Amino acid sequence: SLAATLTALSADVSEDTLCLSLCDSRHRRTKTDRCLFLSGGGAAKVVAAGLVTVGGGIGGTILYAKWDNKFRAAVENNVPYSDWLLGLALGPPSPKSGLPIKKQYKDCHEHQDTSVTAAVHPDTESPTATEPLKERPVEEVAAILAQQDQEEQDIATSVSASLEESLTSSAKATLQAIGAQEAALQAITRHTLKLKEAMEAEEKSAQWKDLEAALADRTGAVNDAETALSKANEALDSLKSVIDKSKGLKVSAVRPLVLAAEENLHNMVVDLDKVVTKVHSAESEAKIVSQYSELVNEAKQQFQREVSSLTPEIQANWKGLTGKLSSDDLNALIAHAHRRIDQLNRELAEQRVREQIHIDAALEQQKLEDQKALEKAVSTALQHIKEEARLEQERKLSELREVMEAEMRTQLRRQAAAHTDHVRDVLKVQEQELRVDAEQVLSSKMLEQETRYRQLSQEQLDNFTLDMNTAYARLKGMEEAIDSHVVAEEEARKAHQLWLSVEALNYTLKTANADIPTVPLEGAAQAVRDSCHDSDFALALSSALPEESLHRGVYSEASLRARFNSLRSLARRVALIDESHNSLYQYFLSYLQAALLFEEKQEAPPAQLCSEDLDPFKLLSYASYCLEHGDLELAAKLVNQLRGEARRVVEDWLTEARLTLETRQVVSLLSAYANAVGLGTTQAP
Amino acid sequence: MADEHGRKWDRCLADTAVKTVTGLGVGIMFSVLFFKRRTWPVSLGSGLGLGMGYANCQHDFRSPYLIHGRVVKDQ
Repeated sequence: SLAATLTALSADVSEDTLCLSLCDSRHRRTKTDRCLFLSGGGAAKVVAAGLVTVGGGIGGTILYAKWDNKFRAAVENNVPYSDWLLGLALGPPSPKSGLPIKKQYKDCHEHQDTSVTAAVHPDTESPTATEPLKERPVEEVAAILAQQDQEEQDIATSVSASLEESLTSSAKATLQAIGAQEAALQAITRHTLKLKEAMEAEEKSAQWKDLEAALADRTGAVNDAETALSKANEALDSLKSVIDKSKGLKVSAVRPLVLAAEENLHNMVVDLDKVVTKVHSAESEAKIVSQYSELVNEAKQQFQREVSSLTPEIQANWKGLTGKLSSDDLNALIAHAHRRIDQLNRELAEQRVREQIHIDAALEQQKLEDQKALEKAVSTALQHIKEEARLEQERKLSELREVMEAEMRTQLRRQAAAHTDHVRDVLKVQEQELRVDAEQVLSSKMLEQETRYRQLSQEQLDNFTLDMNTAYARLKGMEEAIDSHVVAEEEARKAHQLWLSVEALNYTLKTANADIPTVPLEGAAQAVRDSCHDSDFALALSSALPEESLHRGVYSEASLRARFNSLRSLARRVALIDESHNSLYQYFLSYLQAALLFEEKQEAPPAQLCSEDLDPFKLLSYASYCLEHGDLELAAKLVNQLRGEARRVVEDWLTEARLTLETRQVVSLLSAYANAVGLGTTQAP
Repeated sequence: MADEHGRKWDRCLADTAVKTVTGLGVGIMFSVLFFKRRTWPVSLGSGLGLGMGYANCQHDFRSPYLIHGRVVKDQ
């Protein structure tokens, strides 16, 4: 490859050097070329400038068209093929941006409207009220109303079913809760009673057992009550949700059900609250009592501890206290008891002193608690009252609505009655009008039908006559065609005959042998004449045949040619003899000339004869040439130019030639005519 | 006709020959009879004969070109 590149390079270099040498030689030789090149440089500059301008113009146009669509449209309209170029450069033109934005906005607006109307639609009860300016047909309205009623019924039934279900369940739960709460209340009261009894009475194990049992009972009852309460709350919440949902449906038939359910709910809630408050109060009471009992227990325990601290051997159990106590213990115990009594007296005194403060504090606390309770009670009572008021309002609203609906129905009924009356009147009038119109239409149609019928029958008749006429005409046409065919055939036959006779005539011309003329053409000519009675042209032609040919026949061209050859020598010999030169001496001279003068045997005659060509020798050679080439006519013409004795000598030959030519001409004309006629008859006339 | 030319020549020659011979004969006769066998009547006679024949021949050959005219007197 290196070698190849080297050789290529060397070749290039050699080429360049060669080129250079050539250029040098060229340079040396043509200095003017350099001037031309410089001026050519100027031209190149102009060309380059022009190209740059054009390119810049096109580029600028494209850029501006990209930016401005209107400009692009204008350019595309005015400049041919610019749309192709711009499409190539920029892609297809984008559609106007203004329109789709408007459309989008319009679509959005329409969508919003439709959604609003769709939302509004179920609200209204009578569909005809929302339809603007268009009254739907009665059946559609009735159908829609029926459908709506049906829907409402369905909804109402379903809602009522659900409401009832939830009502029953919540009622059950509430009752259960209330029962549980009451049970809890009872348990609590029992427990407190028991506790009180236990506190006040002697501590007996049975009582404590009872107490514990009562406590267990109470806790169990309270728990039950709590669960029942929660369940009831759940049920009530579900009922509330169902009520809200059914309220959300906004169907009028459901409203009383909803109202009743709401009232029930409210009652249940109220009852539940009452019971709960009762339970709470009982609980608080129980709490007080339990606190008191606790205090007592504590005091007892304290005392027992003291006693036990004093008398550690004795168990701190009142039941196990038998006669184990010694006198010391008893004394200690009595001392302790006395001390305790003193202490207690002191405490009592203190308590009496602090009584008022305690009472005030307790009162304050009680006030606070009372306040809280009051607030709570007030709030609950407020809620209840609000709820009751709302329910009352709703009840009143529903009543009012019913009243309004009834009134509207009566008004509508009145309107409907008026409408039906009006419609009846209008219908009567319309009926009259329509009847009149229909009768008119009927009569016109009847008339039309009658006229149509008459027209049709007339048409039929016309058609029949037309058909008959056409058939007759066709028949006539056919007859005519046949006749014309016969005529045409006759014509054809005649033409054929003519042709045959002309051919016969033509053939007779060929019967000439050497030096013997043809048979007389009389017979053939007669035949021709017979076969062309009606054709004046043919008759004229056949009568134009020269008499000689008819009676004697004509000589053939070959014989004439042969004769000419012999005549030629004679004509040559008497070439000098004419009117003025006709002595024997002239004859001698003429003979001498003929002997000594040599001319072409045959020479092609020129298109035009000049005076030199009128020399007899030349003429004879021309004529000989023509004869050899079969042009008898031209030969005759040339021979006709001979003058003097030569002319006299060839006169006969000339006459014969003329005769032959004439006959041949006539016969060719006749044959052409016969051919034409024959061709003509083969076509339809 | 070309034959006529030949015929003419035949006639001509024959006639000339005949006349020449006749002239010759008459010349000879006259020379013998009247002019003491001189040759001049023979040549005269033959000359006459030849001349006549020539003239006849010429006339024969000229005959087509001869125009016979008549003087028409204005009356």
